[in-house]
Amino acid sequence: MSPIVGIAFGNTTSSIAYVNPKNDVDVIANPDGERTIPSVLSYVGEDEYHGGQALQQIVRNPKNTIVNFRDFLGLSYSECDLSKCTTGAPVVEIGGKAGFVVTRADGRQEQLTVDEVVSRHLNQLKRAAEDYIGQELSETVISVPTNFTDAQKDALRACAKKIGLNIIQLINEPSAALLAHTEAFPFKDDCNVVVADFGGVRSDAAVIAIRNGIFTLLATSHDSKLGGDSLDAELVEFYAKDFEKKTKSNPRTNAKSMAKLRANAELTKKTLSNVTTATISIDSLADGFDYHTSINRLRYELVANKVLSKFAQFIEGVIAKAELDPLDINGVVLCGGSSFTPKLSSNLEYLLPESVAILGPQSKEASNNPNELLACGAALQAQLLSNYDADELAQALEPVVINTQHIKKAIGLVDAEGNFVPVLLPETSFPVKKNLTLKNAKGDFLVGVYEGDHHIKETVAEPAAKEADDDESDWSDEDDEPEILREKLYTLGTKLMELGVKGAQGLEISFNLNGAGALRVTARDLKTGQIVKGDL
Amino acid sequence: MISLPPLTGDISVSVNKSAQKTAPVRRPVEAVGRYFMHHAQRTLRNHTWSEFEKIQASQNVKRVDESVDPDEALLDDELADESLLEHDPRDWKTADLYAAMGLSKLRYRATDTQIVKAHRKQVLKHHPDKKSASGGLEQDGFFKIIQKAYEVLTDSTKRAQYDSCDYNAEVPPPKKGSAYDFFEAWGPVFDSEARFSKKKPVPGLGGPDASKEDVEKFYNFWHRFDSWRTFEFADEEVPDDSSNRDHKRYIERKNKAARDKKKTADNSRLAKLIERASSEDPRIKSFKDNEKKEKERKKWEREAGARAEAEAKAKADAEAKAKAETDAAAAANAKVDKKKAKEAAKAAKKKNKRAVRSAPEAAGYFGDADKSATIDEQVGLIVDTVDDEQLVALAESIKADAKAALQEIAQKLVESKKLPASLLSYFA
Repeated sequence: MSPIVGIAFGNTTSSIAYVNPKNDVDVIANPDGERTIPSVLSYVGEDEYHGGQALQQIVRNPKNTIVNFRDFLGLSYSECDLSKCTTGAPVVEIGGKAGFVVTRADGRQEQLTVDEVVSRHLNQLKRAAEDYIGQELSETVISVPTNFTDAQKDALRACAKKIGLNIIQLINEPSAALLAHTEAFPFKDDCNVVVADFGGVRSDAAVIAIRNGIFTLLATSHDSKLGGDSLDAELVEFYAKDFEKKTKSNPRTNAKSMAKLRANAELTKKTLSNVTTATISIDSLADGFDYHTSINRLRYELVANKVLSKFAQFIEGVIAKAELDPLDINGVVLCGGSSFTPKLSSNLEYLLPESVAILGPQSKEASNNPNELLACGAALQAQLLSNYDADELAQALEPVVINTQHIKKAIGLVDAEGNFVPVLLPETSFPVKKNLTLKNAKGDFLVGVYEGDHHIKETVAEPAAKEADDDESDWSDEDDEPEILREKLYTLGTKLMELGVKGAQGLEISFNLNGAGALRVTARDLKTGQIVKGDL
Repeated sequence: MISLPPLTGDISVSVNKSAQKTAPVRRPVEAVGRYFMHHAQRTLRNHTWSEFEKIQASQNVKRVDESVDPDEALLDDELADESLLEHDPRDWKTADLYAAMGLSKLRYRATDTQIVKAHRKQVLKHHPDKKSASGGLEQDGFFKIIQKAYEVLTDSTKRAQYDSCDYNAEVPPPKKGSAYDFFEAWGPVFDSEARFSKKKPVPGLGGPDASKEDVEKFYNFWHRFDSWRTFEFADEEVPDDSSNRDHKRYIERKNKAARDKKKTADNSRLAKLIERASSEDPRIKSFKDNEKKEKERKKWEREAGARAEAEAKAKADAEAKAKAETDAAAAANAKVDKKKAKEAAKAAKKKNKRAVRSAPEAAGYFGDADKSATIDEQVGLIVDTVDDEQLVALAESIKADAKAALQEIAQKLVESKKLPASLLSYFA
């Protein structure tokens, strides 16, 4: 049986991954060795170029190079944001939908609808994967943005069908990324995470509650103008100014010069994610002048500061949209190519409370390749689905199964100090069962089950007493604002039940909330197996 | 880990029935990941938690079974022989190399991958760096033995030489005269000896109900056993320097002689072993018994023809004899009867003759008393002439009417020309 591959289909780049027989996720490289394959198609005469080879064509052959076409899929021409395609082949209207016109051999014009372009792109990906795996592929799982409409999904299915790929499931990009992340770095407890996908031309973020391994999307946010290209644009502007100052010639007026600068700026950006300085040298950038300069990371971060802070704000925005406080968030999973930028992570670390883990490529607890997370997630899902037959899967995707009840307020226990300890967090989908093992509980105990409210407590900390003779540190402490300490606290809400346990020798308390919302709390003695239970 | 508050009142279960939980919200969950699939299965199949946990547990058990390396279980957990740790590495030849590698259970059966795995395991445990790190003495003697063992066991020639002299792998045959199960005791012996066979596969000892063919094949194989066993491992070290060539050659000769001697001894040992096994093999005994019985049966069958013939003959003889006897008896009886009948007939004839002769007289000579002499004479003639039947009929008819009967018979006699009518004038 041929494996089911996972495809991450992005505007800028696409990736294919599959779970190899050794049970590792393999991101498949195309024949050029690219694992993140640019979603670009270029036509030179009768030849079709794809991926990195096509991307190179954007400087010399922009009119026949199709970029950023994914988001047009399934939309009518009027709905398309045409500003994205200024650098490549222009978008034209074909039958009410977006399309491209490319010139093939002998000046013959070829009209390509977006559907056709997507099919060709997927076909190239499929061929690369088939070469790599050595087997025919027929089934796939593809990740799509959360704001993809049903029409867009259907269009994508049709495009895949055309090249003999059956999409067995379309999964949301943030879920795919989180799946790949949790598979490699599982979270110990239930938590809320933000999955931020900073791509080439757009950014998406989602707040996801993980409860017993089940993901629930709490809020999503999209910005189709923010992405790696925005960073490139800042850098291009910086270089253009520098070039103009040096040579008194303006490269902005020449599309080819700009294309060259953009390509080099992108390279510089990527280099600066890994090392602290990068050089750029372009022969004959404009008016026959060569351009050569170097830039260090600090300068770049200053140049791109405006955009970088937008990324951080974007994440704050989505947290607010989910009606949560940053303190409710346990981690931010970064994916997409732009998250390689080190400043992005450090900005987030600065902006968000310490309790929030920034799970980007700089973190030990996260993947080193955030741009491969989507494909890996899709591949993992694909492998999982290979164990189920089509009927079972179709049933599992019924709204009855997917739409489940989620509790609004935490349910938990009261501890010896009278504080509330949440067991089932808010947004836990039920039916659910959760066990709590207390090995050290010996004696008689009261198991108080309550609903809990939580709120954020803000306290103003007294500025630390200054050390008078420490002159050197004065400059930093001088303009200290009073520090506000924020804490997340729970208060006891409605009392649900109380169980009395006598002579316990280690307790296992299990919370079982069934589909109808009835709560059963069972306290079982670990030694004797004696059970005390209460139903609500 | 939280600590629960102590029990203050006497509460067992008190449920706040009036409590209203905050209303839940319905939202979609993301259809990804195994936890979602579990959720879907539970929902679709209406499994309770305990049922679901059971299913999961059974699946996990299967998965664990699959993931455990089967080789791992075959390696020794502990060093089989603790004294190896103190073994002088210079005398590594006397050490049990398999035990040093943790392969004491497998020995000659260990595959190359198992040897590599075992070596890795032993190195991780006994590397001098590891020992000194854990504060142990910096003695790497045992590690040297492990390395030597690895060197020997991974080289196929060296390993064959070592296996030849690995007496720990030998399985001793059962003690003579002790009570034992033949197959249990000898099976492992042959299994272990089989490792030296050049020819593969080696036929197995088989069970108590093996066919005669198999048993013969087995013993034929072992009688013609071709062993690769060599005894180079036990050779005396040949001095490496070329200073004393004669001495070197002397040692080499000595080694060769020793090897040949050992090889001969080993061959004869094996021959004796097989001799003994075959003599004790209950199957061979039973085959011999069967053969004997079969022979007897065959003989019995072969003689069946002759036996039947003899029987038939005897029967025929007896029958003939019996028949002869009965015949003789019947003949005798017949003779007597005949005689009696004859006598009776004679007597009857006499009586009839007398009756006929006396008839005219009784009838008063039919009124012709004067002619009585003629009548008597003529009646006498008639009586003498008539045959027996006529006499009987005459004797009968004469009782009614003597003259008519006599006339009738006289007429018959005349007609048949037995007597001339002249002689029977009275009755004419």
